[in-house]
Amino acid sequence: MSDYILETKGLTKHYGGVHALEDANFTLERGEHVAIMGDNGAGKSTFVRQITGVEQRTRGTVVFDKEEVSFAGPLDAREAGIETVFQTLALADDLNVPDNLFLGREKTKWNWLGPFRRLDYKAMRDDTMAGLVKTGVKIPNIRNTIANMSGGQRQCVAIARTATFASKLTIMDEPTAALGVQETAQVENIIRTLKEQGESLILVSHNMRQVFDLVDRIIVFRRGRMVANLRVEDTNGEDVVSYITGAKTGAEFEGAA
Amino acid sequence: MSDSSEGTGGLTYDKSKRQWPNELNVLAALILIIIIFEILGAIFMQQSLLFDTRDRFDSIFNEARLRIIIIQVAIIGIIALGVTQVIITAGIDLSSGSVVGATAMIAMSFAQVAEVSGSPNPKAIFGAWALDLPVVVPVLVGLGVGMIAGLINGFLIAYSRIPPFIATLGMMLFARGVAQWWSLGNPVSFPTDAYAVIGSGMNPVIIFLGLALLFHFVMNYTVYGKHTYAIGSNEAAARMSGINVPRHLLLVYVIAGALAGLAAVILTSKNLTAQSGMGLSYELEAIAMAVIGGVSLFGGRGSIIGTVIGALIIGVITSGFTFLRLGAYYQEMVLGMIIVGAVALDQWQQKRAAARA
Repeated sequence: MSDYILETKGLTKHYGGVHALEDANFTLERGEHVAIMGDNGAGKSTFVRQITGVEQRTRGTVVFDKEEVSFAGPLDAREAGIETVFQTLALADDLNVPDNLFLGREKTKWNWLGPFRRLDYKAMRDDTMAGLVKTGVKIPNIRNTIANMSGGQRQCVAIARTATFASKLTIMDEPTAALGVQETAQVENIIRTLKEQGESLILVSHNMRQVFDLVDRIIVFRRGRMVANLRVEDTNGEDVVSYITGAKTGAEFEGAA
Repeated sequence: MSDSSEGTGGLTYDKSKRQWPNELNVLAALILIIIIFEILGAIFMQQSLLFDTRDRFDSIFNEARLRIIIIQVAIIGIIALGVTQVIITAGIDLSSGSVVGATAMIAMSFAQVAEVSGSPNPKAIFGAWALDLPVVVPVLVGLGVGMIAGLINGFLIAYSRIPPFIATLGMMLFARGVAQWWSLGNPVSFPTDAYAVIGSGMNPVIIFLGLALLFHFVMNYTVYGKHTYAIGSNEAAARMSGINVPRHLLLVYVIAGALAGLAAVILTSKNLTAQSGMGLSYELEAIAMAVIGGVSLFGGRGSIIGTVIGALIIGVITSGFTFLRLGAYYQEMVLGMIIVGAVALDQWQQKRAAARA
C-alpha cells in the first residue's frame, strides 16, 4: 500500500444531462508532482473543482490524507490542507502581500475584542518573509499593494500562500497561462522548489514542455474520462498528444472512452 | 520584472518602491486652498483668513474662525466617518441625512423637561413618564434608532442583494417620512439641561475628533478594518478567503447608522430643538467629505484621516466664501466642481498605476 495523499474512486460529476466527469480513479503519492492534461472541456477543471469543494460531486469518494472527505466549500478544503491557486487570482488588489496571504486567517492579538481584535502585523510580516524565502519568490517590497504588481508577481503571491501555510497538497490551475516568458520561468522555478521540499502538487496545464520539465506523472482526460496515466520517463510529447486527441487510449482504460 | 532590489525572497525593503500616501495629496489640496483664500483675502479684504492680523501677541491664528470652521463640519463629519466605511466596502449610504431627521425627533421626545418656566412643557410628545428622564435614555434611544435603520439597510444589502444605492434610497424616503409622521410635522423642543450639554461649545468637535481617532485605529489595526478593505477591493476573493461577507456588511451599516444617530443627538442638543427637516442633504455632504478625502467610490481605497481632511476642506471653503463675502451660490458651485475634480483625479491616478504595473 503506497502512501497516498489523495485518492479518488469513481469520482463523477453530471451537470444535468452533461457528463462532465465520469468515474475518475486517481491517486497521488505524498511528495509527487502530477500534471493533468486534456483538451478544453475534457474535464480537467471539473475534476479539480470536485476535489477542492468548489462543487459537490454527483458520485464517488475522495480520500485525502487517509481520511474520506466531503468538503462543503473551498474553505473546508483549505483548512484540511489543500491550497488552490485559481485561474482567476483570488487576491484583493488594494491590500499588500501579507494582508492577502493572511486574508480570512489573520494573526491577531486582543482576541476578546471579537471582530475588532487587533492584527499582529509583525508576526504576519515575518511569516510572509519566511514563506517567500522558502519558495524563492522575489518581490521588491511586500508592503506594496497588489495593484502595483506585475502579473508574474501576483501569481507568485498566490503561490507563496501554499508555502506560508504548510499545506499538504497544492493545486495549480494553469498558473502560467497569462504570463510572459520570464515570469513563466520564475513560476516554474517556484514549482521546482516545492518539489524539493516534498510538497505534493497537481498541475493543470496545456504547456507540454512545462509538464515534461516539472512533473513525475501525466494524467490525460478526454471527454470527461481519464484515458491515460503515464510516467514522464516512459512517454514523449507525441504520445501524450495522441492520447489527448483520442488517437490512443491507455490499456487499462480500454472501453472507457 | 523589477530586479533593482538586492537579496532574495523579497527581504529587502526597497524605498524607491514605497507608495506615496494619498492622504498627503489631500493635505496638499487643503493647504493649496488655504493659500488661495489667503491671497484673495490679502487682495480684496486686506485681511487674513486663518492668521491673526491684529496687533496681539498671544496668538498667531484667528482662533474664532478656526473654531467656526471645525464646529460647522463636526456633526456631518461624524456621519462621514460611517459613510467612509460604507464606501470602502464599495457601497453607498444615501439614508444618513434622513436617519438624522427621524432620530432627532424620536431621541428628543425622550429628552424633554417637564416644566418650562413654571408651566408644563407645551411641546411634550409623551405623558409625564417620558419627561425629565436621565440623559442616558435619549442618547441610547438615538443610538438605537440609528442602529435599527443601519440594520435594515445592512440586511437588505447583505442578505437580499438589493444594491446599496436602492436600499438606502428607500431608507432615505422612509426615514424622512417617519420624521414627519412622528409629531405630525411639529418641532419637539425644550430638552433637559443635561441633554443640552452634549452639543454645547466645543463638545461636537471633541466627539468628532475622538471618534475619528478611534475609527482610524479600527480601520488600520483590526480585523474589522482589514475585512472592510478586502470586501471593497475584491468581494469574491474575500468570500473565497472565508470572510463572512454578509455578516460583515451588516456590521458596517449598523456602525454607520449608529454614527448618524449620534450626530442627530448632538445636533438636537446643540439646537435645543428637533425638526422633521433636520439633516436634509447631510448624506450628500458626508459623501462629499469622504470623496474629497480620497475615498474611492469603487471601494477598497480611502482612509479616516483622508475624510477628516476632506471635512476640513469643506469647512475652509464654506468659511472662506463667507470671509470673501461671496454668496452661498458660488460656494455650492465650487464645491460641486471640487467633488467632480477629486473623482477625476482618483480615476486618473488609477489609470496611471495600472499602466505602470
